[in-house]
Amino acid sequence: MNAVFKALADESRRKLLDELHRDNGQTLTRLCGLLDMTRQAVTKHLAVLEAANLVTTVRCGREKLHYLNPVPLQEIYDRWIGKYERPRLSALGDLKKDLESENLTKTKTNH
Amino acid sequence: MPMQKPSFVYVSYIHTTPEKLWAALTQPEFTRKYWFDCGIESDWKVGSPVRFRRDGELAMDQVLLECTPPRRLAYTWSMCGDAEAKSERPSRVTFELEPVGDQAGASAPVVKLTVTHDDFPAGSVVFPRISQGWPVVLSNLKTLLESGQPMVTTWESCAATTKDEAVVAA
Repeated sequence: MNAVFKALADESRRKLLDELHRDNGQTLTRLCGLLDMTRQAVTKHLAVLEAANLVTTVRCGREKLHYLNPVPLQEIYDRWIGKYERPRLSALGDLKKDLESENLTKTKTNH
Repeated sequence: MPMQKPSFVYVSYIHTTPEKLWAALTQPEFTRKYWFDCGIESDWKVGSPVRFRRDGELAMDQVLLECTPPRRLAYTWSMCGDAEAKSERPSRVTFELEPVGDQAGASAPVVKLTVTHDDFPAGSVVFPRISQGWPVVLSNLKTLLESGQPMVTTWESCAATTKDEAVVAA
């Protein structure tokens, strides 16, 4: 679990996970195109994420595709979140999302 | 190696042996403990049905595509749910078990389990529905094999937004 937290404690690596969450199974070249980082830096970050098992790769024809592997995150969730807390947390999460998107719309219309 | 880009790839490192993990994937008394109370049944001959039963009722009806114990298992994946999901062509799920040797300080050898889900038809309605389930099943499976105790999970506790569950929780 140490490796997971260490891997997550970096904004660029979280950004890489965000990109894979949005569109799973991307090549290194594609990921480099999306982020303002050198190819070398992206490679290094992906290696840390892979060592933490948060990213896994699959060879597909000639390409090496990167996938977000959420299993270690599920293990963290299972460790600290109880069965009966899930519906309430999910409801709170939805509420936060709704209110914040509403704010965003309001700000946009005010401008 | 898949030729088509897989939709999901999940990896879990589990402190167990390939034989025990294989048993956990193919024996109903095991699957019921970590797979939302579903017991798996098959004669494990390629082309035969692979059925999941919950409380005696058929929850899923699949076809065995590959079976190489204790290394590789693949079956079709289709959903029983509503008519829209039922009418969809089945996708495919593959389990690969790979021993990764003894790790320092580990009480048991480690097996890398890779679950690949692919071959969804374009515009699949099943695809978005199953993406939540796999990490839960795999995390439960790891807990069961490593501690001998399954997590307390039923299908209802996973489907966290249902009204009934909120009532139970309150």
